Amino acid sequence: MSDHESTYVPKTGVEKWLDSRLPIVRFGADYMSLPTPKNLNYWWTFGGILALCLVTQIATGIVLAMHYVPNTELAFASVERIMRDVNSGDLIRYTHANGASMFFVAVYLHMLRGLYYGSYKAPREMIWIVGCVIFFLMIATAFLGYVLPWGQMSYWGAEVITNLIGAIPLIGEPILIWLRGGPAIDNATLNRFFSLHYLLPFVIAGCVVLHLWALHHAGQGNPVGILIPKDREKKDMVPFHPYFTVKDGFAVILFLILFALFVFFMPNALGHADNYIPANPLQTPAHIVPEWYMLPFYAILRAIPDKFGGVVAMFGSIGVLFILPWLDTSKVRSMRYRPTMRTFFIIFVLVGMGLGWCGAQLPDAPVVGSFKTFILIDGDLNSYLWLTRLFTAYYFAFFLIILPVVGLKETPLAIPATISEPVLSGGDAMTAAAAASAEKKG
Amino acid sequence: MTESVVTEGGDATRRDFIHIAAGAAAVGAGAMVVWPLINQMNPAADTLALASIEFDMTKVQEGQQVVIKWQGKPVFVRYRTPAELQRVIADDHAHDLKEPQSDADRTKPGHQQFLVVLGNCTHLGCIPTFGSGDFGGWFCPCHGSHYDASGRIRKGPAPLNLVVPTYDFVSDTRIKIG
Repeated sequence: MSDHESTYVPKTGVEKWLDSRLPIVRFGADYMSLPTPKNLNYWWTFGGILALCLVTQIATGIVLAMHYVPNTELAFASVERIMRDVNSGDLIRYTHANGASMFFVAVYLHMLRGLYYGSYKAPREMIWIVGCVIFFLMIATAFLGYVLPWGQMSYWGAEVITNLIGAIPLIGEPILIWLRGGPAIDNATLNRFFSLHYLLPFVIAGCVVLHLWALHHAGQGNPVGILIPKDREKKDMVPFHPYFTVKDGFAVILFLILFALFVFFMPNALGHADNYIPANPLQTPAHIVPEWYMLPFYAILRAIPDKFGGVVAMFGSIGVLFILPWLDTSKVRSMRYRPTMRTFFIIFVLVGMGLGWCGAQLPDAPVVGSFKTFILIDGDLNSYLWLTRLFTAYYFAFFLIILPVVGLKETPLAIPATISEPVLSGGDAMTAAAAASAEKKG
Repeated sequence: MTESVVTEGGDATRRDFIHIAAGAAAVGAGAMVVWPLINQMNPAADTLALASIEFDMTKVQEGQQVVIKWQGKPVFVRYRTPAELQRVIADDHAHDLKEPQSDADRTKPGHQQFLVVLGNCTHLGCIPTFGSGDFGGWFCPCHGSHYDASGRIRKGPAPLNLVVPTYDFVSDTRIKIG
């Protein structure tokens, strides 16, 4: 599975010359011929899609930086100049802006894939953890980038997010001033955010290399969730190229159609109209809302009535992902064979979307029309505040209570002995021995 | 290697000392290199040269709020109506005050109709909307904090009252902030 033997044979004189000096072609060839489980479904194509997203963002980003001016006096105007005067500037800018949204669509599906199929379980913990680091860096990069146009949402988003750090007791205030480079968000802040927004994608790229290294070392997971024994490799695996390059390629094309739909026909659908108003440090827009991909975490922040508590909960909601491999006590990787857990997982997905939805609403607004209930502690029970709290509670319970407990209590379904079996046998005939051996392996 | 050290010098601690000294030098040098790289992000000299400003209170009419920019932040100057004043004084001992303060603590004696506060919500820094919310003061649109007409936090995630900056009446109608 991992570290497979090299099958590369240099043919031409140039290849032979190079191979005995710098075997870079061999490295690439071996990398592309990695044995890959043959039963991967389309949920496994988001890795390739994400790689494409990163390349798209870096390429369009470098180009935009050739025309953008990181100065409060000129930033907004320079973006408008890109839109109106720079050749294809509008297209490139919309691609970069919608590209961020597409990046997050793909990463959320990628993460949910991992969660459902137990891709974080031994021996793949490091793939998961490096992935969590990448996710965190993506959020940071996206935040820094959104500040650059210096619109109203840019400015007030920056104000709120930097203030999160100011909520840390004692050291929060000095760090806040250090981060902003002054008593308030100003030119110094914009200038450094530009520099960091340029830097972080390359840090992400470095982490992606580690992510892939870990993946190639521990081996690909698969929908059945069993480890493929050495003697089954020939039967159960196919080389990555051309089988999965082509399959990934097809998925990439479908994804690009969706991407293009947004860029060409509704480039502003995922954005916020208020960011077309230049930043005004003296007025916060009445309907300030973060970008959609931050909404669930924003909702969690807002659900907690305490300032620092909200910040802890928000970072905790991402932090809990890092320890996920040790929270899930089940030996069965794929939730395909965990009916109880699958139900909780589906609720989790709905709750995640519910959190996003709540994040876009005013906390005091009633959920059900003008239906009056009663005040519970600090808000009406029929308000987004309490709905968000309910969802937040489930979010944390899912990781900290449900995963550890259900893993110990549930009776998983019989697991096939090989990944070929469900296909060849119609998916139901499995011997008890096969299930037992899978349990041992898992 | 270790054997020869012991036999040659007969004293391994001298080699240990070199390791420790080299380690300490590396850490020290590292810190000296890293500190300027961190410190460069702290406020620059021009940013630190923050002036104080004066403001003519006659520009504010009764029931009105004027927002002025000071150190990059908004300062609210609110000329409160007698009704508002009455209400905030009545609320001086309300039990929902998170940070109990009387209205007199937050204004200058003899000028109680004027409230001067930093216009940043003490939660995450947004600027609350004038005249809205459940307490006749301000409402912060970002995360739903409500302040009364004395700028005291009454409801929502903000932990503290709107901050009163250092200011003084230099004459009957002029204040100096900072």
